[in-house]
Amino acid sequence: MDARSRKLLGVTAGVALAGVLIGFYISGYLVGNQTPFTPQAHGSGSARSVNLTIQTVAAIGPKLAPHPNWVSYLVRDNGGNWKRSTIWTLPANTIIHVTIYNFDGASGLRNPFLGQPQGLVGKELVDGKPLGAMAPDQPSHTFAVPELGVLALVAPVADDAKNPCDFAPCAMSMAHRTITFTFRTGKKGRYRWQCFVPCAAGFVYGFGGPMQTVGYMDGFLNVV
Amino acid sequence: MLAWIVLSAIATPLVAIFLGPAIPPGNGSAEATQQVFDNEWLVAVCTPVFVFILLFLGYALVSFRSSRTAEPMEGPSLRGDARIQIAWIVVTTVTVLALAGFGSYELLQTGAGGGQGPSAAFRPTGYAQALDVQVIGQQWEFTYRYPTFGGLETPHLMLPANTLIRLHVTSLDAVHSFWAYQLGVKADANPGTDNVVYVKTKGPLSFDVHCAELCGLWHGYMFDTGQVVDQSRFDAWIKQQRSYFSPVAKYLPPYSTTYLPDPQRRAG
Repeated sequence: MDARSRKLLGVTAGVALAGVLIGFYISGYLVGNQTPFTPQAHGSGSARSVNLTIQTVAAIGPKLAPHPNWVSYLVRDNGGNWKRSTIWTLPANTIIHVTIYNFDGASGLRNPFLGQPQGLVGKELVDGKPLGAMAPDQPSHTFAVPELGVLALVAPVADDAKNPCDFAPCAMSMAHRTITFTFRTGKKGRYRWQCFVPCAAGFVYGFGGPMQTVGYMDGFLNVV
Repeated sequence: MLAWIVLSAIATPLVAIFLGPAIPPGNGSAEATQQVFDNEWLVAVCTPVFVFILLFLGYALVSFRSSRTAEPMEGPSLRGDARIQIAWIVVTTVTVLALAGFGSYELLQTGAGGGQGPSAAFRPTGYAQALDVQVIGQQWEFTYRYPTFGGLETPHLMLPANTLIRLHVTSLDAVHSFWAYQLGVKADANPGTDNVVYVKTKGPLSFDVHCAELCGLWHGYMFDTGQVVDQSRFDAWIKQQRSYFSPVAKYLPPYSTTYLPDPQRRAG
C-alpha cells in the first residue's frame, strides 16, 4: 500500500469514526441515556392491568438530570422510588391505570381543543372529580399518545398554593393535584407520547428544550 | 438512428401504458388521477431521451474502446457542425418548452393538489359549493375543523365521497406540511397563513396523512389516517363527533382561517 492509499484509508476511517461518534451523541441526547421502565402487571388474560404512577414537576432539579431547570415527568418504580425515565414498557391489549401527581402550575394550551380528555376508558378524575373539559388557560400539562388517540389533562397547582415544590423530587406533603385515568394499550408497537402544553419556560413559544428531548416531556410506550 | 427510432417506438407506449399508471399517488381523487396522467406523459416524453442516452453509451463503449495494450492517444480534434448544433438546440428547446406549457396548463386547471395561498387563483368548476375543511398543524398532530358544522374540531379527518373539498391549511406554531398521499394533496401549514387547496374526492378509501416539513422531535411520528366515506356515513360521523366533543366546544375560538394564539403564561 503506497502513501497515498494509506492517507486515503486514514481519512476515510477518521470520517467514519466521527460519524459514529456524532450518531452516538445525537441518539444519547435524544433518549437521554435512559433505561426503560417496566411496571408490574397484575392479573392475567383480559383481566390483566398495570398501575403506572408518574409525577410532573416544574424543574427536574440537579440530582436527576443534566438540565436541572427543565420541566419533566418522573415515574415511580416498582420499589416506590421516583425515577427519571419516560420510556415505559407495557403489555399489549392491557388496561393501564395511571395516576399523575402534578406539582406544577398552569401553562395553558395553544389549541383549546386539546382541553378535553380523549380515548380513555371511563372518565378522567381530577382530585377525585370527573373532568369534562378544561379551560385553555388552565392545563399544566397533558399526557397524550396520539397514535392510540389518548389524551389526558393535567390540572395545575394554584399560583398561591402553600408549600409549593420548586424542583424534584417532590414530597407528597407538598402542594399537588392528583389525576387518575385509564387507557388500553392496544396492539404491539412503539408509541411516542408527549405533552401538548407549551410548558418549556425560557424557550421559543414554550416548545424547545424539554419539549424536544426524550426524557423530560416526551417519551415512548414500548408495547410488547 | 434507426435503432433509436425502433426502440423508442416500442418502449414509449409500453412505458406509458404499464409504468405510467403505476406511478403514485394513484386514483384516490380527481387531483391524484390528474397527477398520474401527468406522470404518464412525462415518462412517455422521457423514454426516447433515455433510450437515446443508453444507446449512445453502448455505442461509445464499443466504438471508442481502446485496446488494452495500445498506448492511450488523443482522438482527432472536433470541429463545429452547424446542423447538429441547430438540431440539438431546437429539439431540446421545443421539448422543454412543450413540457413547461403542458405543466402550466395542468397546474391551471385546479392547482394540481398543491397549496395556493389564501387567494386561490386556480379554482375548479363548482368551487363556490365546495365543502370547507380546515387543517390545523401543531407540534405534533393535525386536527381538523368543519366550519359548516358549527366549527366542530376533531383529531380525525373524514371526507364525504364524490365531493369537492376546499382545505384551509394553517399552523399554530412551527411550519408543517399537510400531505394526504393518496389524495394527491400537499400544502404547507404556515402559522398565520390560510393555504387553500382544492380536492375532489372519489369513492370511499383510506388515505395516509403525513407531515412533510421537518417540524421538531416528533415530526417523524406526525402521521394519521384519513377516510373518504359515503355521504350518509359522513353525516352520522359528524353527528357523533359533535356529541363526543361537546364538552370542549364552548372553549373553542370562533372559526377563523388563521389563528395566532399568544404564548400562554410562561411560554415566552
